[in-house]
Amino acid sequence: MNMENHGLRDDIVAIRWHGRGGQGAITAARLVAEAAFASGYGGAVMTPTFGTERRGAPVMTSLKIARQKIYDLSPISRPDMVVVLDHLLIEEADVTAGLKEGGLIVINSPRLPDAYHFDGMTVATADVTAIAAEAGLPMGIVNTGIIGAFAKASGLISLDTVMTPIQREFHGKRPTENAESARIAYERTQINMTA
Amino acid sequence: MYLIESGNVAAANGVKLARAQVIAAYPITPQTPLTEKLSEFVDAGEMDAQYIPVESEHSAMSVCIAASSTGARAFTATSANGLLYMNEQLHWAAGARLPIVMCVVNRGLGAPWTVWNDHQDAIAQRDTGWIQMYACDHQQIIDSVVKAFRLAETVNVPVMVCYDGYILSHTYMPFEIPATETVDAFLPPYSPVYALDPAEPANLNTVTLPNTRPNVRGEMAPGYMEIRHDLHTGIRRAIDVLQDIDRDFYTAFGRNGHSHIEPYRCEDAAFVAICMGSLSYQLRDVIDLLREDGLSVGVAGLRLYRPFPDQSVVDILAGRDVVMVFEKGLSYGNEGALYADIKSALYNCTDRPRLHNYILGLGGREIRTRDLIDAVRTSCTRPETVGGVPHWIGLSPELA
Amino acid sequence: MNSAHHKCRISHSEPGPGDGGRTGSWRVVRPVIDLEKCIPSKKNKLACFTCWLYCPDGVISRTVPPAIDYEYCKGCEICAEECPAGAITMVSEAEFLADESQPDESQKEK
Repeated sequence: MNMENHGLRDDIVAIRWHGRGGQGAITAARLVAEAAFASGYGGAVMTPTFGTERRGAPVMTSLKIARQKIYDLSPISRPDMVVVLDHLLIEEADVTAGLKEGGLIVINSPRLPDAYHFDGMTVATADVTAIAAEAGLPMGIVNTGIIGAFAKASGLISLDTVMTPIQREFHGKRPTENAESARIAYERTQINMTA
Repeated sequence: MYLIESGNVAAANGVKLARAQVIAAYPITPQTPLTEKLSEFVDAGEMDAQYIPVESEHSAMSVCIAASSTGARAFTATSANGLLYMNEQLHWAAGARLPIVMCVVNRGLGAPWTVWNDHQDAIAQRDTGWIQMYACDHQQIIDSVVKAFRLAETVNVPVMVCYDGYILSHTYMPFEIPATETVDAFLPPYSPVYALDPAEPANLNTVTLPNTRPNVRGEMAPGYMEIRHDLHTGIRRAIDVLQDIDRDFYTAFGRNGHSHIEPYRCEDAAFVAICMGSLSYQLRDVIDLLREDGLSVGVAGLRLYRPFPDQSVVDILAGRDVVMVFEKGLSYGNEGALYADIKSALYNCTDRPRLHNYILGLGGREIRTRDLIDAVRTSCTRPETVGGVPHWIGLSPELA
Repeated sequence: MNSAHHKCRISHSEPGPGDGGRTGSWRVVRPVIDLEKCIPSKKNKLACFTCWLYCPDGVISRTVPPAIDYEYCKGCEICAEECPAGAITMVSEAEFLADESQPDESQKEK
């Protein structure tokens, strides 16, 4: 029995999201789940990690995507991809714990990917904080921009597919600006494939 | 229509479809978003119901008892210590034969204080006279709520629909919201046999003497023991009634033919794991991995806990080599409650399996797939090393 | 009859710094005390200490002058709200961050 995957089914794409309470990491992951489901991924489960929370505290959520229904709701310990909504979290939490060799890490960061040293991993960055402000969003609203960066870096969902859930979710709450933030982030995401 | 939403929202949509008329609730983690969603539905006019915020869970059940007694379809939801707080009213609602439906979002009990999942809350209430159903995913949550109202109103016994706190209540997955017209055809409005009516004054559930005695009309009225015997037979009727309801549900909605037990790869299995709630789904991946290794193993998810569907349990477990009972709770001082019920059901079988009892996941302790694999493999390949005492999975080796 | 005293574990927690982690990292704004307005500082005596009293996390010391432990201060702003002398202002945390706050210019060219 191959336990490389810690018992998780091989067909599941495991994406772990790291953010701060109040940043909307859970919403971002859920919108990606909706886009994936609409794209034909019959299995899409999103499991936040629970505990005492408040605005600013590190939070984590596990998003699993597959063609078939997913039965395992346990937290991801061997992610294929990691998304970090705030680059400062890298110092506080072990965001790449268990990340598979050749895995992808997407970071909201003002730095380029080669400023980071995650050996054997593909690193993608976008300054989502600045992009969001450019798109006309209030300071710190990064959860829609990060979806654009994730879509570009992972290739798992198209930007078009993710626009529908974004528009629906933020109906009455600056849907155009949120969609624009995702679009700009998609275009500006820099990806560095390591050898 | 498909939604990707939380288990709590699935439950709320079930209550909305069922057209509950009175909702009385007190917030408690991790149930709160369920009743908050219901209050939003009521406020938006999407539900024709009275939402009554109360100051405690005891009052929540009291209000449901009162509302149900007048013929209104009543609902509440709670968890853990909230369920305990309404304990005396649980017994009351059952003895009063009121078809109240309640969602119990399973959470561990204090002390020590916890907000995380286990089954001790509902398990500790298994003797109250309530029907207990367990859901394994969001689709089952919304479907079970709808079925629960029909079941409750058919056998006149209150029903609790249980689902795992956080693991199901706060996780997101796709589920279908059935069409309103189809639900209305499946679940007609509540038509009580008897409802409080000022035009015909009566006193319900007043002091009832040990022996039977004639009432004011000269008819022999049941004593306390007859009423309680009726409750037991009423609950037992649910074993067959739920199967009928499930058959109708399958016809109407095209899914879910498992009223008592949901088996996975059990047909030819020498070894069967059995448990309740989302764990039965998590075990499916374990089963698949061990099957690849040649182990003849399957998992059965028990969907109905009270009444205990003893015959269905015997049918699926008799003749196996080993049965592993996994549970997130126990009867302290003895063994797992589910384990004891299963052992009792198998008592008269000539071909009873070896029975193992595993306690895990208490207070939300993470259940790792690796640990499940180890436990199942040990039970199957070296059963003599496991024995009958409860075994605890996931305790800290340094601190246990 | 001699009954042995049975010891058992219960869930027991004591106050102490750091139980919630380095909560100072949660801040988006931090309190700064103007010592010229701060009553105990101005008077050089043990006085007022409203900030110490109200701080929900106990990160302000009852000293002259009061000192804020920025390792754990979460930036809740209660001290600034309650200070009767208006001596505390909330300053954006970004002003205190090190070189990481410099954005990469190449990202903004398009």
